[in-house]
Amino acid sequence: MNSNNNILVKLNNAGFRQSEKWLVEGVSLTVEKGKIVTLIGPNGSGKSTTAKIALGIYKNIEGSVEKYTTKVGYVPQKISIDWTLPIRVYDFMLLTETIEDSAIDEALSLTGVIHLKNKNLGSLSGGEFQRVLIARAISKKPELLVLDEPVQGVDYTGEIALYELIKKISDTLNCGILLISHDLHMVMTATDHVVCLNGHVCCSGSPLDVAKNNEYKALFGEKASQILTTYEHKHDHIHSDEGEIKKN
Amino acid sequence: MFDDFFIRALVAGIGIAFVTGPLGCFVVWRRLSYFGDTLAHSALLGVTMAYTLDLNIAISVFLISSIIALLLIQLQKRTNLPGDALLGLLAHSSLAVGLVVIGFLTFIRFDIMGLLFGDILAVTTDDLLVIWTGGALILIVLKLIWKPLLASTVNYELAEAEGLNPDRAKAIFTILMAAVIAISIKMVGLLLITGMLIIPAAMARNISDSPQKMVLFSIIGGLLSVILGLYSSLEFNTSSGPSIIAAALILFILSLFKIKQSIKLKN
Repeated sequence: MNSNNNILVKLNNAGFRQSEKWLVEGVSLTVEKGKIVTLIGPNGSGKSTTAKIALGIYKNIEGSVEKYTTKVGYVPQKISIDWTLPIRVYDFMLLTETIEDSAIDEALSLTGVIHLKNKNLGSLSGGEFQRVLIARAISKKPELLVLDEPVQGVDYTGEIALYELIKKISDTLNCGILLISHDLHMVMTATDHVVCLNGHVCCSGSPLDVAKNNEYKALFGEKASQILTTYEHKHDHIHSDEGEIKKN
Repeated sequence: MFDDFFIRALVAGIGIAFVTGPLGCFVVWRRLSYFGDTLAHSALLGVTMAYTLDLNIAISVFLISSIIALLLIQLQKRTNLPGDALLGLLAHSSLAVGLVVIGFLTFIRFDIMGLLFGDILAVTTDDLLVIWTGGALILIVLKLIWKPLLASTVNYELAEAEGLNPDRAKAIFTILMAAVIAISIKMVGLLLITGMLIIPAAMARNISDSPQKMVLFSIIGGLLSVILGLYSSLEFNTSSGPSIIAAALILFILSLFKIKQSIKLKN
């Protein structure tokens, strides 16, 4: 059935309707091993819905989803931890899969929150919590990573470092990543394929192709397009979590 | 050894506390206390069925409570009434129907107070067998569904996305709820079973920092409540259910001092 062994998940003309209203329709995309596919689009354009269709969270969908992996790591857009449930970062890391302590420490170190390991999840700040969410998703060494605005609430320097990390993970684990991001720099530098959504796929292709697309310009404005097309210099350095610059 | 009614009650209560501890934590986490109430109220119908058909009370209560739980799920799908209204509808109508049926069964002498509030004199050696084997089964199943159930308690979509099948875990948990009510009804009484589930768990929340610890402290709290409650029930000649729940309440109040301390430390 799977003619291409590298395919992790494939959406064929997929859509989802909630009480007679289409949240998104007609989406076709493929996430392959080692590739980063980014979904962009305005609020309410169906980015999260598309991610949830790919993950199999929504069941009664139009079209079809073919999924060729069960090793999935997911960073949802929003999680709220109820006070009634006492849970530390450490417990949260073990939530869906039992993993070695060393793998937990490694993942928490990579996202710069190892010092929070025994803290209560409810006591973390927004940015800290995002870092823990990313650490949890990568610690299980997934084949498919789905990241729904993974760096929301993270400070600017941390944001860049985390995106570098995501890129690195995609390379070292050779996992496929489905990313929802507003950060057009990230889209430009690391993404292999961009899908621009607005209730349906309005355009898709390589970042440069999308940036030149007229529908994209209409949706995001001329300025956003310029950011993408003029963003051509290569980084010769990376930023650590503390914001210091390291040469590549 | 089990000739003495008090020893029987103690052994039964200890068995119940081991089960209500962990299940109670999930009741608190998943906000199911009113759901537990509904199942417990419907247990009265189960008891009347047991008397009329000469069945074991625990088994008959388990059957009726499971049916009510399934009915609730169906009603939730097919009507637009909010969840709490549906729960109230089922809880009070099943309690009312149970009481009406009892009114018709004039040939059987019912100890209504015992049914509602528990009766330590009523525990037989057969009940001990039901409580301990049933309780062991409940705990084994809960252990098996622990990961998906906890994960979906934290976030349903995360559990679903990472392949843990939270819907199945939830359905199994519902059946476990019916089962724990079935085994504890004689001891605690149907009006107070939810208290046995949530008060030790609420106490445990105040002194725990991880899910596992909360389960452990909830069990310990339940055990202490049963032992203290039963001794005072014997001493003051009160119903067993209220005595156990009152003991649990005292433990809960004590646990508040601990939480006050930790709030002070934070500030």
